[in-house]
Amino acid sequence: MTDQPRLWQCERVIPSQSGAGRRVQQEILDQLLRQRWGPRDIFCIHLALEEAVANAIKHGNRHDPAKCVHIRCLLWPDRVRIEIADEGAGFRLSDVPDPTRPDRIESPTGRGIMLMRSFMSRIEFNDLGNRVVMEKERSEASEPSLGQEAVQGN
Amino acid sequence: MSAYRRLTINEVGDVTVVHFRDSRITEDLSIQELAQELFHLLDVDKRKKLVLNFAAVDFLSSSALGKLITLEKKVKGHNGQMKLCSIRPQIYEVFVITRLNRLFDIRKDEADALAAFQAAAQQ
Repeated sequence: MTDQPRLWQCERVIPSQSGAGRRVQQEILDQLLRQRWGPRDIFCIHLALEEAVANAIKHGNRHDPAKCVHIRCLLWPDRVRIEIADEGAGFRLSDVPDPTRPDRIESPTGRGIMLMRSFMSRIEFNDLGNRVVMEKERSEASEPSLGQEAVQGN
Repeated sequence: MSAYRRLTINEVGDVTVVHFRDSRITEDLSIQELAQELFHLLDVDKRKKLVLNFAAVDFLSSSALGKLITLEKKVKGHNGQMKLCSIRPQIYEVFVITRLNRLFDIRKDEADALAAFQAAAQQ
């Protein structure tokens, strides 16, 4: 991982309502497109982002209108980092069963974290379990273009 | 249901072919409506042979997978059959990672799914 200048970042706070994260998700995806990330990388990031935000709203904040979800995204030429924090009590990762176990395969829930791990380069929860940091390294098939401009972040 | 908003329904013989109107099936109100329409096909319209065609779907979340699992259980509970088809490779990878490719009957395309229903009927 090279020490390259950060191209873009954003910080957003959304309410704990289903669908509330859609605008900021699209904002992040648009930046990836602008920096010419490949479709597969974008799909992976989109899915992990969708799962993490849904988890924060549904499981972290339990749809409590008094609680928010904090989303931060940092973009470098070779990687993207997404941090998502809820205002809930947290959870223990060890309490989440493997959804591919035969006794869990027909459960309608419990696959979000597995998908986040599978599609991002790395994910890490804080000790409390109410904040996750996910990173995706740009794949070789998704080379940055020459002379790309740094985009003003906010 | 007089009109399906999230689905396009076609009948091919005694098989109901379902196409999704939304290209993204994610965790929000639309997925609740989608699930209601799918369950309506079974519970009210009494369809017993379903093909879900994912050709128009380029993104779905784990909550969508959850609705499909619930639908699969309902279909089996009604002694029906359901096949999925035309799933894009990136989406299919989600089924493989979660091992749901073993739970669902997934076919390459609609013709394949319909042929499988026909073959089963002739046995």
